[in-house]
Amino acid sequence: MTTITATTETPPTTTSERPAYRVTTAGVLRSEWAKLWSLRSTWITLGLGLLFLVAFGLIATARYKSGYDSGTLDKDFASRTGVELSLFGTDFAQLALGVLGVLVTAGEYSTGMIRSTLAAVPRRLPVLWSKAALYGVVVLVVGTIGAFVTFQIGSGIVSGTPAAMSLSHAGVVRALFGAGLYLGLVGVIGAALGMLLRSVAGGISVLVATLMLIPGLVTLLPSSWQDNISPYLPSNAGQSMYALTHDATSLSPGAGLWVFLGWTVLALAGAAYRLVRSDV
Amino acid sequence: MIEAQQLTKRYGEKTAVDGLDFVVKPGTVTGFLGPNGAGKSTTMRMIVGLDAPTSGSVTVNGRRYAQHRAPLQEVGALLEAKSIHPGRSAYNHLKALALTHGIPRARVDEVIDLAGLGSVARKRAGAFSLGMGQRLGIAAALLGDPQTVMLDEPVNGLDPEGVLWIRNLLTSLAEEGRTVFVSSHLMSEMALVADHLIIVGRGRLLADTTVSDLVRQAGGDTVTVATQDPARLREVLAGPGVDITGHIGSEELQVTGITAREIGLKAAEHGIALFELSSRTVSLEQAFMDLTRDAVEYHGTTTAIETPGRAA
Repeated sequence: MTTITATTETPPTTTSERPAYRVTTAGVLRSEWAKLWSLRSTWITLGLGLLFLVAFGLIATARYKSGYDSGTLDKDFASRTGVELSLFGTDFAQLALGVLGVLVTAGEYSTGMIRSTLAAVPRRLPVLWSKAALYGVVVLVVGTIGAFVTFQIGSGIVSGTPAAMSLSHAGVVRALFGAGLYLGLVGVIGAALGMLLRSVAGGISVLVATLMLIPGLVTLLPSSWQDNISPYLPSNAGQSMYALTHDATSLSPGAGLWVFLGWTVLALAGAAYRLVRSDV
Repeated sequence: MIEAQQLTKRYGEKTAVDGLDFVVKPGTVTGFLGPNGAGKSTTMRMIVGLDAPTSGSVTVNGRRYAQHRAPLQEVGALLEAKSIHPGRSAYNHLKALALTHGIPRARVDEVIDLAGLGSVARKRAGAFSLGMGQRLGIAAALLGDPQTVMLDEPVNGLDPEGVLWIRNLLTSLAEEGRTVFVSSHLMSEMALVADHLIIVGRGRLLADTTVSDLVRQAGGDTVTVATQDPARLREVLAGPGVDITGHIGSEELQVTGITAREIGLKAAEHGIALFELSSRTVSLEQAFMDLTRDAVEYHGTTTAIETPGRAA
C-alpha cells in the first residue's frame, strides 16, 4: 500500500547551530596523508623500495671488496667509486617507489575511491597537488635516509680499497641528496602518470618504459642523434643528479636536476589537464 | 533543493540524459524512477560534479556543486558503484573524507553508529558484504550532515531489515526538512517512501508527479462487472465521469469513475442480475510500465534513424 505522508511544504529548516565546515588545502593534505598511511600496500612497497636501495648497495660494495681482496675485480666494477657502489640499488628502488606512486593515484580509479574523493573535493586539482607533494616528500625522505645509511655502511666495507670515500669527499653529500631527490621525483612522476592514465597497469607500463626501456631504444638511433637526445631522457638526466662525475655525454648535476624537473612538470601538467577535463 | 535545467549528457552519439528539467524540493522524499539505462545514475553524477553536463545545468541550493565551500555539507551522495578502497577500513575511509572538510572525529563515530557499522568499522571495507558496503556508503553520505541527501539505488543488496532501515531513514530525513532524492527502478519500493516522483526513460522526463496523481492518471480504480444484460447496465450507469468499456457480445464490463458499491445498488434498483462485481486498484507498477514503455517506443524510431551512423 502507498503511505503518503501529507505533502507538507515546509521551508528548509536550516538548523541554526550547523557547524561551518570548509574544504581547505590543509584539510585535503591531512586527508591524503591519512589515506596514504591507512593502506597496507604503502608500508609494504615503501619498505621494499628501501630494502632494494640498501640491500643492493651493500651487496655491490661487498662484491667489490671481495673482488678487490682476491684480485678478480671485473673491469667495469673496478672503476666504481664508493658512492656509485652504494647507490647501485637506486635503479631497483625507483621501480618499487615509482609503482607506489602510480598506486597512490591510479589505485583510486581502479577501486572507485576517486568518486568519494572528488565528491568531497569537487575542485579536483588540490587532490593531485596534495598527493604528488606528500608522496614526493615521503619518498625524498626515505630515499635520502636510505642513500646515507647505505653509503655509511658501504664505505666501511670498502675502506682500504681505491673505492673508499667519506662524506667529506667533494660531491659525496650532493650525490647522496641527489639520489634522494631523484627518487622523490620518480615518485611524483609515478603519481602523475597514474592520475593521467587512470590505470594501474597503464601507469606502471609507461613508468617502466620511460625509466628503463627508452634509453635502450635510443641506441638504435644514429649516433649523432643519440648524443643530442640521450642526456635529456628522463632516466639519463635523473642519473646525472646523483652521479659523482660527469663527462661530455652526460649533463651536470644541476642541469640534470632541471631537465628531470621539466619532465616531472610535464607529467603533472598532463595529469592536471585530464583530471579537470574528464568525467570520472 | 536540486534544480536541473535542460540538463543534457551525451557520450559520443548516445544521449544518456536528454534535456531534463526538474526541481527536487526540501521536506519530502522525491523518487527518481526509470528503467535501467534511463540516465538516473548519470544525472546523479552530474549533480555532484563527477560528470560535466554536455549542455544545460544543475544546481544544488542555488549553486553548482563544486562552487560550495563545504560540498559534503550541501549534498551527501551514495552513488551506484562502489566508491571505496577495499584495503581501507570503514573508519579510515570516513576519517579521510571528514578531514577534507574539517569534520570532527566525533561525527565519524556518530555516522558509524547511525549506519550500524560499529562492530566492523575497523575491518577492511573490501571484506564487507553488499549490504554492509551500502551502509558504509550511506554513512559517508550523511557525514557532512547535508541538507540534501541523494541515494542511487540504496536498497540494492540490502536484507529486509536493511530495506526497512532505509525507508525509515529517508522518511525521517525528509521530516527534518532535508531534500531527499532517491533513485530506483522499482516502482513498488518507491511507492512506499516517496511523495513526489520524477520518472525518466531514455534520458527524457516522462512524468513529474505525485504518487496519487500517477494513480489517477493511470485510470484510477476499475470495477469489473459481469451481468445478464450489459446494454441495460450501461444505460443505467452512464453519467458524468463514468467510463464503461466492454466487448460486444461479452457479459463483462470495465467501469471506472464509480465504485463497486454504487454499481451494485443501481443494478439492484433496476432489477439487473449481476454475476460478478470486483474492484481492482490499478497497480503503480503497471502505471510505471505503461509510461516507460511509451518512451521506449517513441525512442525506438529515433534509434532506427541513428543506426547507420552507429554501425561504423
